[in-house]
Amino acid sequence: MQNRSNTERELKPFESDKICVNKSPLQQNWRHNLKYLIIGIFFGIIFVKSEVVSWFRIQEMFRLQSFHMYGIIGSAILVGMVSIWLIKKFNIRTISGEPITIAPKTFNKGQIYGGLIFGFGWAITGACPGPLFAQIGAGATVISVTLLSAIAGTWVYGHFRDKLPH
Amino acid sequence: MIEFIKHPWAWYVAGPLIGLTVPALLIVGNKSFGISSSLRHLCAMCIPSNIPFFKYDWKKEMWNLFFVFGIFLGGAIAVNLLGNPNPVEVNPKLATELTGYGITHYNNLVPEDIFNWHSLLTLKGFIFMIIGGFLVGFGTRYAGGCTSGHAIMGLSNLQLPSLIATICFMVGGFIMANFILPLILSL
Repeated sequence: MQNRSNTERELKPFESDKICVNKSPLQQNWRHNLKYLIIGIFFGIIFVKSEVVSWFRIQEMFRLQSFHMYGIIGSAILVGMVSIWLIKKFNIRTISGEPITIAPKTFNKGQIYGGLIFGFGWAITGACPGPLFAQIGAGATVISVTLLSAIAGTWVYGHFRDKLPH
Repeated sequence: MIEFIKHPWAWYVAGPLIGLTVPALLIVGNKSFGISSSLRHLCAMCIPSNIPFFKYDWKKEMWNLFFVFGIFLGGAIAVNLLGNPNPVEVNPKLATELTGYGITHYNNLVPEDIFNWHSLLTLKGFIFMIIGGFLVGFGTRYAGGCTSGHAIMGLSNLQLPSLIATICFMVGGFIMANFILPLILSL
């Protein structure tokens, strides 16, 4: 218990940690997770069919040679924005009746440094974390090495976090 | 219908469908869309090493790992059952540039001329697959999210930090693709 409160205190300054403070009192059976598996499957199919996970499309995007990726990201944000606005306006609840809450994000310099570093990686690998999973599923088995390296990158960040400027 | 599905999907079909993931996850279980967190949960699950950043109840975030496993399965289904038999059609300018670097295969999601098991131990392959992956994992966590968590979820929720992060993703990508990548590709 002592240990846990220490952890929470140390983590406080960083908003990005909101994720590990899952306060939902709802105790659900593991089978509830299958719903997310199904959403993930649809998402993976869209990823591949729209070629968002294609290294070539990402290269076109960063060279301003195609509208495709901008159209996808832009229209996805628009649909997301309208959805969240509707959810808030009509106080829509989850299917199990919980009120929907979205943790706000607070600024820290990590969004600049980390953002640039991720941008470099995105242009090299042609993939953000989601597409890595889809690419492996699509048969590019060697990308599992890239994924392991990304996990290692996350771990190294966690290890040196206190020493990095935020 | 199946013919239509097999063709690559236009941006105005795929974009809104990707956007719908945001309300789908919120309504199904009050979950904020975000994928890079899965890498953190995997660290917390397998190699927490007493690092405070990885000491939390990852079991509560299991949904995220189911979600990314679904993305993996979705990728497999899309390629094997709904696959487009034709190579990806890219802008001719890009094709010309890539030919200069010896990239001529467009059948896969990634150029197999670079991304293959044999080139893993060459300098070029090492930079593309291992350094590239490391930057993705390190950068997304440092920034507190990736394209899904910041660009889509964060901007949908009108978060200024997410706008800053998204601009930095794009700036980093522009610098890499236009100024540094040509040097790496020439290796």
